[in-house]
Amino acid sequence: MQIRSSKDFWCGLVFLGIGAAFAAGALAYPFGSAARPGPAYLPFGLGLLLALLGLVVTVKSLVVATPDGEPIGPIAWRPLLIVLGSLALFAFLLPRAGMLVSLPILAITAALAGDEFRLREALANAAILTAGCWLVFVKGLGVTIPLLPAFLGG
Amino acid sequence: MEFLDNLALGFQTALALQNLFYALLGALLGTLIGVLPGLGPVATIAMLLPSVYTLDTTTALIMLAGIYYGAQYGGSTTAILVNVPGEASSMVTAIDGYQMARRGRAGAALAIAGLGSFFAGCVGTLLIAAFAPALTELAFAFGPAEYFSLMVLGLIGAVVLASGSVLKAVGMIILGLLLGQINTDVISGTPRYSFGIPELTDGIGFIAIAMGLFGIGEMIVNLGRPAEHRASLTRHVAGLWPTRRDLGDATPAILRGTALGAVLGVLPGGGALLGSFASYSLEKKLPGRDGEIPFGQGNIRAVAGPESANNAGAQTAFIPMLTLGIPPNAVMALMIGAMTIKGIQPGPQVMTANPSLFWGLIASMWVGNLMLVVLNLPLIGIWIRLLSVPYRFLFPAILVVSALGLYASGNNNFDIYMGVLFGGIGYLLFKLGCEPAPLILGFILGPMMEENLRRALLLARGDWTTFATRPLSGALLLAAALLVATTISPAIRKRREATFREEF
Repeated sequence: MQIRSSKDFWCGLVFLGIGAAFAAGALAYPFGSAARPGPAYLPFGLGLLLALLGLVVTVKSLVVATPDGEPIGPIAWRPLLIVLGSLALFAFLLPRAGMLVSLPILAITAALAGDEFRLREALANAAILTAGCWLVFVKGLGVTIPLLPAFLGG
Repeated sequence: MEFLDNLALGFQTALALQNLFYALLGALLGTLIGVLPGLGPVATIAMLLPSVYTLDTTTALIMLAGIYYGAQYGGSTTAILVNVPGEASSMVTAIDGYQMARRGRAGAALAIAGLGSFFAGCVGTLLIAAFAPALTELAFAFGPAEYFSLMVLGLIGAVVLASGSVLKAVGMIILGLLLGQINTDVISGTPRYSFGIPELTDGIGFIAIAMGLFGIGEMIVNLGRPAEHRASLTRHVAGLWPTRRDLGDATPAILRGTALGAVLGVLPGGGALLGSFASYSLEKKLPGRDGEIPFGQGNIRAVAGPESANNAGAQTAFIPMLTLGIPPNAVMALMIGAMTIKGIQPGPQVMTANPSLFWGLIASMWVGNLMLVVLNLPLIGIWIRLLSVPYRFLFPAILVVSALGLYASGNNNFDIYMGVLFGGIGYLLFKLGCEPAPLILGFILGPMMEENLRRALLLARGDWTTFATRPLSGALLLAAALLVATTISPAIRKRREATFREEF
């Protein structure tokens, strides 16, 4: 057995896994009958369908030849981890430290994801973004966002 | 002529100084929130609902309507410029619009989107004025079985949105439908797949999914490329305005999109959205001019058609609201709320009991659309300049605004965590060669589809043949089957593969 398309091979397995998980999860809910379909009716059917489709995609990736084997290619770990990490950090900090603290942190940490990071630029960008967001979201649109850390009464 | 008398009354109301001012205010506010992803018209209108108490009813509704269609314009702007669809309905625009921007043709894309929307808005307004009573009959003919079949047709149409493998596109649709099942079951009240997390019982926020898959996922992909590849996005901006050939390509697409959108917009259940998808499918199936840019790589018809369709649909969505009191979407539900606050019972009698409100609102839609075009065309130059900002400044800005938008959409940080999750999923899907657009459509239509499926089965006492034997439903399913047949037939398959080579 040789994998002819890595992308499709893994994609099929992902479909298979997710479909099976949804179908298995549906077993916990009442099915009802065709005349009175319950909450498990559709997710179970769709889960099975997705799992089946995943199987087809995987099998096809083993059988049908592609010109270059469709490799998945290198994963951009640095931007992936930094972008998602800085966003998660922001989600954690915002209700605790407020926007005026967490937003500049997000802007600066996210900037590290690029390969042209310059601290001065990142600091300036963070300052402008914080001021702009405060003006537009808080002043202009009146969105309620915690501004200062909780211990400062924000 | 009664029709002209009605319109005259409408314009008299709409052009009153106070109403003009609030239409402008609404349109401006709408554009702003449309540009800012995460702050949708629903949230804004909900926030402004209290102002209805202090304003005259007609004025208040005119302002709220302005927010609604202003948001449609603004949503397409970010879809084209940074691939973040501000509104669900501008998602289709992002596919080719963003590719146009990457080829330095953002100006043409924005101009065509604006002009197409304006044309569609004008036609939509005229249609409401002329056919509102007659078109409501169509909505009456739709039962749960018909809705279900219509959504099946819509979902199959979504397969053509993807330019890669048909199988994978189908998989993405089903994945979207499944994600839409994470909610509280509407009929029995059972929370499903919530893992004990209270926020999940309301379902995953659309904004978190769209922003994660499109905005954040795309950002990671972009950053993973060497800088000189990225820069191609900004370096050459080929002209601010569409060329004569662009206009020649776009005009028929605008006409077709307007017609499709106007018809589908009347149907409750995301009419504007279905219209833009349907228009994209149609344009992709039609043979283009020789040497045209393939779909998925920045074809102008793929911007013109769906943009017109979604605007026409957004207008005609007022028809069931104004004549039947049935809201086709959340914004319209809020508008009905605003009317009841003022003691007006929505329904067929509005037209006769409050003619100045009814026709004033309709005329103000046209006035509002005109204002938007006048406001937005000069802004194109400014938007384009935004693109020449180096990516190292731009991406933290997109991330910051997205993060605040995610927070504002639910007023807690849960949606930001969901954005992180779906950003990661977006990158994974990119790596696996799956395109996110069909997933989003499945996600939106999933809950509606389930409700209608189960209701139809309930009405037919569990008899699945009801979908085929009811004439309108059967016809829709037949159309869906034909669409499947044309998608997998070899000749078209070859064309699909010809358009497959998408550059990343």
